[in-house]
Amino acid sequence: MLFEYGLTFAIVGLGFNLLLGYTGLLSFGHGAYFAAGAYSVAMIAKYFPQAYSIEILIPAALIFSLILSIIFGFVCVRHTRIFFSILALSLSMLLYALLFKLYHITGGSDGLRVPLPSMLGITFKGVRRPEFLSGTYYYFLLGMFTISFLIMKGIVSSPFGKALQAIRDNEVRAELIGIRVRRYRFYAFIISGMFVGLGGALWSFVNGHVTPDLSHWVFSGEIVYMTLLGGFGIFEGPIIGAMIFTFLKLYAMGNTQYWMFVIGGTLIILVLLLPNGVAGAISNLWMGLKRKMTEGFHA
Amino acid sequence: MLKTEKLKKHFGFVKAVDNVDLEIKHGEIVSIIGTNGAGKTTLVNLISGYLRPDGGRILFFDKDITYASPYVRIQMGVGRSFQLIQLFGGISVLDNVRTALFSKYGLIKKGLWPADRYSSVTEEAIEILNNFNIGDKKDLTPKGLSEGDLKILDIAIAFALKSKLLLLDEPTSGVATSDKFKVMDSIISAIKKEGISTLIIEHDMDIVSGYSDRVIVMHEGKIMAEGRPGEVMENKEVKATVFGIVS
Repeated sequence: MLFEYGLTFAIVGLGFNLLLGYTGLLSFGHGAYFAAGAYSVAMIAKYFPQAYSIEILIPAALIFSLILSIIFGFVCVRHTRIFFSILALSLSMLLYALLFKLYHITGGSDGLRVPLPSMLGITFKGVRRPEFLSGTYYYFLLGMFTISFLIMKGIVSSPFGKALQAIRDNEVRAELIGIRVRRYRFYAFIISGMFVGLGGALWSFVNGHVTPDLSHWVFSGEIVYMTLLGGFGIFEGPIIGAMIFTFLKLYAMGNTQYWMFVIGGTLIILVLLLPNGVAGAISNLWMGLKRKMTEGFHA
Repeated sequence: MLKTEKLKKHFGFVKAVDNVDLEIKHGEIVSIIGTNGAGKTTLVNLISGYLRPDGGRILFFDKDITYASPYVRIQMGVGRSFQLIQLFGGISVLDNVRTALFSKYGLIKKGLWPADRYSSVTEEAIEILNNFNIGDKKDLTPKGLSEGDLKILDIAIAFALKSKLLLLDEPTSGVATSDKFKVMDSIISAIKKEGISTLIIEHDMDIVSGYSDRVIVMHEGKIMAEGRPGEVMENKEVKATVFGIVS
């Protein structure tokens, strides 16, 4: 089940890193789009149980996270750096407050249950969640991850992706080569929000339960953390980060009540020793090895 | 092609650009010289749309662009480079130029196919880099380039936008003296090939007299003298204020 958690966070990381690694915007509020995806699944389960099949749920989650990221993104991309981060954080806390306070609609702090969905007409009545997750859903998740990976890979290496990187590197010059900086940041924000929303929806089936905490800044911080852990300068970094984080968090939580201490400790080590994250360290090591080998060849 | 009429920009009590009338013809290379604070960079900022003038007009191909946004001017063909180099530091030299081309051709909306698939754009970018003699460095990031090559790349990006008028703000500042002519040779040969009009801000008189068709001398926001490089340098007033030679 851990691997399934990891996969959903990997999709989240891919989406988040389009903003952080490729557009240069650090959002501390991406939990909001995760919550948008997860809550659209849970709300449909509660209010439209007849439509509770995965073919409807995934597009619905994408649409809800799209709408939310259009609204929030419109406000956020007017700013950069710390102002952007704080604004994204505040807006996600706004959603948190709504999910928390509108008890009758959202279930408040108790959250909502996410039953097993039907898939292409197949219902999973009587099937226990672990079986569901390690069976059909496992392959579905792998498929969704592969599609997300390929789409995101396409986006970052496309002319559109190059324009985002130009904005990241030098926004003044980007404007002067004719890129509408604010508009392209907005596009990146929306795409990022939708990927995170998709991750949230897929995660909700794994977890079986959603709470307002998903939109809390602490959860957004975890998204930031796993991206840093893996390394935001490398495309695959956030995927590696999401996997390590999932395992790290579970084992730390299982073995000690001071799991936050473990997370904090690794973060310090990370910032001081591995500024490019785990993926960065691996790639450096690999480059070094390759150089040594070619040098050995010539010697 | 470019004309300014009574162009004015004041910063408080300082008249940075004061009633400047200027004309640049097609394919002409014009240098502006002057002491620090003479208003050279302000003038370039006004023409490129970086600053809004307080008065006067700017005409480009007889169209009034006085208050047009930088974006509109770029579309019309006014490109510029910067005194302090403005590059995209995290992407390759090739991508620096290629992104400008993608933007020029409206391809940055295309989000799914890899940039490498647009092979004609890539070829064009490589050709531009070759014209500027930095083709062999296309896979490096700007961090791996010398100061002179950075300057050249900065101009190559402006060049890639198919500018009809290039504004070059101190293209050789920060470049080692021994490399200055090499840098200018690369730039000027690429510019001449396309017949682009060019306005250069420059301090180095050897460069000014070596490469420009016409020289404009600015002092305290006003044009003090203009003419062929040889004539201007013999002008007594210019000698006194710009070069500090009293004869």
